[in-house]
Amino acid sequence: MLLLHLARKSLANRLLTSSLTALSIAFSVALLVGVENVRTGMRESFSNTVSGTDLIVGSRGGTIQLMLYSVFGMGSPVANISHETWKEWDEHPAVSWTIPYALGDSHRGFRVIGTNASFYEHYKYRGGQSIALAEGRQAEGVFDVVLGAQVAERLEYAVGERVAVTHGMSAVGFMNHDEMPFEVVGILEETFTPVDRAIYVTLEGITAIHMGWESGAPPMPGEEITADEVLAMEEVPVSQITSFFLGAESRAYTLQLQRDISTSEAEPMTAVIPGLALSEMWQGISYAEDGLRVISAFVVLVGILGMLVSIYTSLEARRREMAILRALGTGPRRIVSLLVLEAGLLSALGALMGVGLVYGGLIMLQPWLEGRFGLLVPIRMLDGVQLAYVGAVVVLGFVAGLVPAIKAYRTALHDGLSVRV
Amino acid sequence: MNNTSECIHAQRLTFAYGTGPNVLDIPDFTVHAGERVFLYGPSGSGKTTLLGLIAGVLQPEPGTLNVLGHDVGSLSSAARDRFRASHIGYVFQMFNLIPYLNVRDNIALPVRINTERRSRLNGSLDEAVAEAAAHLGIEELLDEKVTRLSVGQQQRVAAARAILGAPELIIADEPTSALDADRRHAFLELLFSNVQEAGSTLLFVSHDLGLADQFDRSLSLPDLNRAEG
Repeated sequence: MLLLHLARKSLANRLLTSSLTALSIAFSVALLVGVENVRTGMRESFSNTVSGTDLIVGSRGGTIQLMLYSVFGMGSPVANISHETWKEWDEHPAVSWTIPYALGDSHRGFRVIGTNASFYEHYKYRGGQSIALAEGRQAEGVFDVVLGAQVAERLEYAVGERVAVTHGMSAVGFMNHDEMPFEVVGILEETFTPVDRAIYVTLEGITAIHMGWESGAPPMPGEEITADEVLAMEEVPVSQITSFFLGAESRAYTLQLQRDISTSEAEPMTAVIPGLALSEMWQGISYAEDGLRVISAFVVLVGILGMLVSIYTSLEARRREMAILRALGTGPRRIVSLLVLEAGLLSALGALMGVGLVYGGLIMLQPWLEGRFGLLVPIRMLDGVQLAYVGAVVVLGFVAGLVPAIKAYRTALHDGLSVRV
Repeated sequence: MNNTSECIHAQRLTFAYGTGPNVLDIPDFTVHAGERVFLYGPSGSGKTTLLGLIAGVLQPEPGTLNVLGHDVGSLSSAARDRFRASHIGYVFQMFNLIPYLNVRDNIALPVRINTERRSRLNGSLDEAVAEAAAHLGIEELLDEKVTRLSVGQQQRVAAARAILGAPELIIADEPTSALDADRRHAFLELLFSNVQEAGSTLLFVSHDLGLADQFDRSLSLPDLNRAEG
């Protein structure tokens, strides 16, 4: 108790140095704990990019590739699946709903996705949130377009605007389908997922863009189909889609459905469970966060080292104090304990302040992080890993205190009751 | 605790640092219990070494130095620390005080360090501290920061700390050399009356021979020490 009292008073006496030292430890601890928080938030945001979907189905290929082009709007599908096959599964008794996706076009760098009303009803993200229209209505007609929130913001489009849609994924392509006048009928609310970065039309709309392109080359002059001709059609024939999202009647059917789809005779297809695939993908990119973690560990080390240096350099000025303590009968071991305790107190204080910084920072920055990056960093109790980090910093502080303490021990033995400088 | 007449008794006491030459070689040196002894110790006379040995910071050969009935040389280092804390009050030349403790905490410190010394207090620690402070005329300063005190005030705080818990032996190492003549005299008066009241033995070391005649007995370390300084 006496030592604690002395250590506390001694630290308070060097208030500026002590608080700066504690602050540097606090920042390093805040970084360590904060990185862990952001990591959790990122992982949760990532694995909640799509939710409530039991399977995502596309033509046979890699699961990650399927996830990339269906959910993240990256890369291209190798092949399509036929409209009939999709319909078969759509009507399968174990299937509750499906959302078809027809990909392959873009508008000024944003993907165009052909889908149907089921998208607006069943697409869920982040813990079961549904997408909603901020403005206007769903795409129903062949030339109706609904914009993701980010698309609307970037391109400064409003409801009622006429837009051209490109075939192929280049924004500068000269083969623009300018003859197909699409019209913006709705804008989605922001979801902070890739949904915001796409343009949604109907399956018929996608089909219409490709009319005359069946051979893979632009339509011959004179063979172009005009918008009026499309509108005059009784029904636009949809023959292909790229992939579809599937909700089972019951979760219990998921594995059976996945097997049945993957082994289907009709067409070679791949079905993935999005939650599983997402966590698999996260594993693949998580080495980046390991790097971040290593960096924060080094920052902590630097903080502790700073404390060590600050205590060590203070020793010269404290030789007199040690001689007095010795004269009063303090054994050299207690002098070691005193200095170790000072270091431990400093690092414990720093760790506590660091945790405070994290919570304070989260409370202040959470809305901004969510609004700006769609990153929801949860405010919750420190988890086991974080507690272990904080504990490790405190222990490290005590251990680091041994260095100046042993130096003080030697000095105290050498000096005895007189300070020979 | 020790009723025999000898407080310090050194016989054939020698000391060398490491493998160096002897810095101390005292054939015979005795301080009686209750005495006030002036020890003339100019620099280079082995003063620091002798005081270090008596206080138990340095270890003498067994059988050569007896302090308060203890053979200092045969005690372990931890036992010597405890012995010093319990039985010896120490006043330095200057800078006697822990800078981050206030006057009250500085005076109380030796008693906090050593439970045996605490058990000798009459009444509570706070009362004892207040009493010691009152004896040295510093009762108004108890809650002051020590860095605000004059040198004279600091030395009085150091004296109050040394007599708290009435240790048998008080060692004063040039406690007045930083004071001017008037204060020196006043400080000595206070020290004497407190030492007498506590029934302690006083070993007062100084290079200022002018103070010698105020003591029961005066010795000269250069005469006692046969080692080449």
